[in-house]
Amino acid sequence: MAKKKENQSKAVKWDYSPAPESSSHINMKDQYELFIGGKWVKPSSGKYFDTINPANKRKLAKIAYANEKDIDKAVKAARKAYKTVWSKTAPAERAKYIYRIARLMQERAREFAVIESLDSGKVIRESRDVDVPLACNHFFYYAGWADKLEYAFPNRKVESLGVAGQITPWNFPLLMAAWKIAPALATGNCVVLKPAETTPLTALKLAEIIEESGLPPGVVNIVTGYGDTGAAIVNHDDVDKIAFTGSTGVGKIIQKAIASTDKKATLELGGKSANIILEDAPIDQAVEGIVNGIFFNQGHVCCAGSRLFVQESVAEEVIEKLKHRISSLIVGDPMDKNTDIGAINSKEQLDIINRYIKIGLDEGATMYQPDCSLPKSGYYCRPTLFMNVAQSSTIVQEEIFGPVLTIQTFRTVDEAIEKANNTPYGLAAGIWTDKGSRIFNLANKLNAGVIWANTYNKFDPTSPFGGYKESGFGREGGLQGLSAYVKLK
Amino acid sequence: MERLKVLKTYKVYIGGKFPRTESGRYYSPKNAKGEVLGNICFCSRKDIRNSVVAARKAFGGWSERAANNRGQILYRIAEMLEGRKAQFIEELILQGSTKVQAEKEVVLSIDRLIYYAGWCDKYTQVLGSVNPVASSHFNFSMHVPTGVVGILADQKTSLIGLISLIAPVIAGGNTCVVLASEKLPLCAITFSEVLNSSDLPGGVLNVLTGSCSEMMKPLTTHMDVNAMIYSGSDKSIVKELKESSALNLKRILHYDLDWMKADSQDLYKLSDFQEVKTTWHPIENIGGASSSY
Repeated sequence: MAKKKENQSKAVKWDYSPAPESSSHINMKDQYELFIGGKWVKPSSGKYFDTINPANKRKLAKIAYANEKDIDKAVKAARKAYKTVWSKTAPAERAKYIYRIARLMQERAREFAVIESLDSGKVIRESRDVDVPLACNHFFYYAGWADKLEYAFPNRKVESLGVAGQITPWNFPLLMAAWKIAPALATGNCVVLKPAETTPLTALKLAEIIEESGLPPGVVNIVTGYGDTGAAIVNHDDVDKIAFTGSTGVGKIIQKAIASTDKKATLELGGKSANIILEDAPIDQAVEGIVNGIFFNQGHVCCAGSRLFVQESVAEEVIEKLKHRISSLIVGDPMDKNTDIGAINSKEQLDIINRYIKIGLDEGATMYQPDCSLPKSGYYCRPTLFMNVAQSSTIVQEEIFGPVLTIQTFRTVDEAIEKANNTPYGLAAGIWTDKGSRIFNLANKLNAGVIWANTYNKFDPTSPFGGYKESGFGREGGLQGLSAYVKLK
Repeated sequence: MERLKVLKTYKVYIGGKFPRTESGRYYSPKNAKGEVLGNICFCSRKDIRNSVVAARKAFGGWSERAANNRGQILYRIAEMLEGRKAQFIEELILQGSTKVQAEKEVVLSIDRLIYYAGWCDKYTQVLGSVNPVASSHFNFSMHVPTGVVGILADQKTSLIGLISLIAPVIAGGNTCVVLASEKLPLCAITFSEVLNSSDLPGGVLNVLTGSCSEMMKPLTTHMDVNAMIYSGSDKSIVKELKESSALNLKRILHYDLDWMKADSQDLYKLSDFQEVKTTWHPIENIGGASSSY
């Protein structure tokens, strides 16, 4: 008897053997130039910057730093391609180019996944199973729209806009490039795209595929650089449309910058989305959903379920199970297939997250972090829960963009709706309940562009994504995503 | 002896009530002949704020009404306007229209209301979609109203511009605050009286008069206004609207149209003030039976 008891009390230590994804088969250059007019050109300033692997701070490649002159060159190349080739290309042929890009990406999917994880710090499981397949499918989906646009806008003639300037963020580098480029090409526009400075590699790999696909030179131009490079795109006179995904702060600057122009804009900005657990929810499933909602991609997700609302009657159980669950999450090498939470994308972002964690503590919230080990080098953050927070707490109000979850409780459904809607954002919301009718009730009343019921952070090329209020305007994905790139006559 | 005519005191319309402006100020616009149209309320920033509060309060109820009911109410507004045609024609003539023009404008306004009344229970069918996602979810997108809309009404017309802007906005379940034409304000105020007798809940539509240049700023910079419409051709106003939009990412719509034209009405005026909401509803996925059994 006594011996058995002893055995039970001795916690079994489950060690996982490392299961690293090999990076030996990937093709990566030491230095990348700008992809303009179908050619790889050196930046006019001669300047380059390093992109590093945030998991170990090692340099991956040297990246060209584009300035205003380079952007002008890229926009001119796009305009020329638009006028001379792309606007005259039959829609069905346009479709075939896009299909071809999708296929070429699929063929090199594993290479994309590995480079994405190296450059961004996201875990290989996610880049392999989520980012890359979704990006391929996005091209595949929009390809078919190219010759069917008249069915999307009843009673109207559809025309392309011209040159689209597109600026993408570092959290889903390849996927966001796909979200931007695919619908723009399908609707007959040409593109100048700038990926984020910390994660330029997969967009440049995509440029290689575009080159390989035989897409006419200048239809897609990929330029790399920092915020000033993006500003040069926004302020260029000959750009007809700006598509931006990033912070609400920068989105507002862009909106102001283009106020006196006729440029169309879609802005996909921040969020502080509510994830609501009702008492009849399947609790174990909900706990997985909470974890996926906030710790997916290290919480670097604009629609992350960063505000958890749990019905009082089950709060204790949910929080206890959640603590238990996150204590088994593995934080570490993104290239290891066992890893749940990878590296924070940059030092800058890690500083921001740590600042918010400090604010949370200073404002009197109760913090819980599991006591897991972190790699010695690289940027990492433990999954973090904050209890005893108020609606007015800074960490409840502001987007943190990291693995930090605030937990609040509610008694009635009305209270949950009111609290969830009490934010300047309106991107997404999660609902966990066993009752279908309750899902529809909450879905109607939550002010958010995407509502996930008994799931979270699901994406699909056919499903439009985008938010209300300060989460921006316009939709990406689906039929509705076409309207950002057309004018109706 | 000639009967002394009873003159009308023109008020504004806020939250279903007819107050004068809280500022106590007024202005007296004149027509081309130099006749005074009336002592019109010269509204203030405070009136704007009160109107936005009323519009926000009315939003929940109005946006959640059955679509059919919204259609009935818009139709009812048209009915009420039809019954008071003569008064609107008279006001339009006083403001400088010819009799023929005035009749045409009023009739067109009524018909435009009927047009949008009909859209109330149809636009979500035309614009919505069921999205064939790869996972086990019933995924659908539907259009839902943007919220509180600020409207800078057409300055060149008294009635048709106003109707053309407000009808698609309220048909889509939004509530709004309208700044009436500064020089031609009479029909906007009288139209409020039509609204008040047409089952439209108070606060859904709020009508203010006064100086557009003075009231534009408090309206466009209001953090609880979700969208703004400007009808006209002044580029500097468009710029100001877009700049102020950066405060809380208001949706800014600009129309430069001749509202007397038949093709100035369409579904897209309505969808301009809608947000796309997409829901992922779970589908049970157990058992092996397929529909071929």
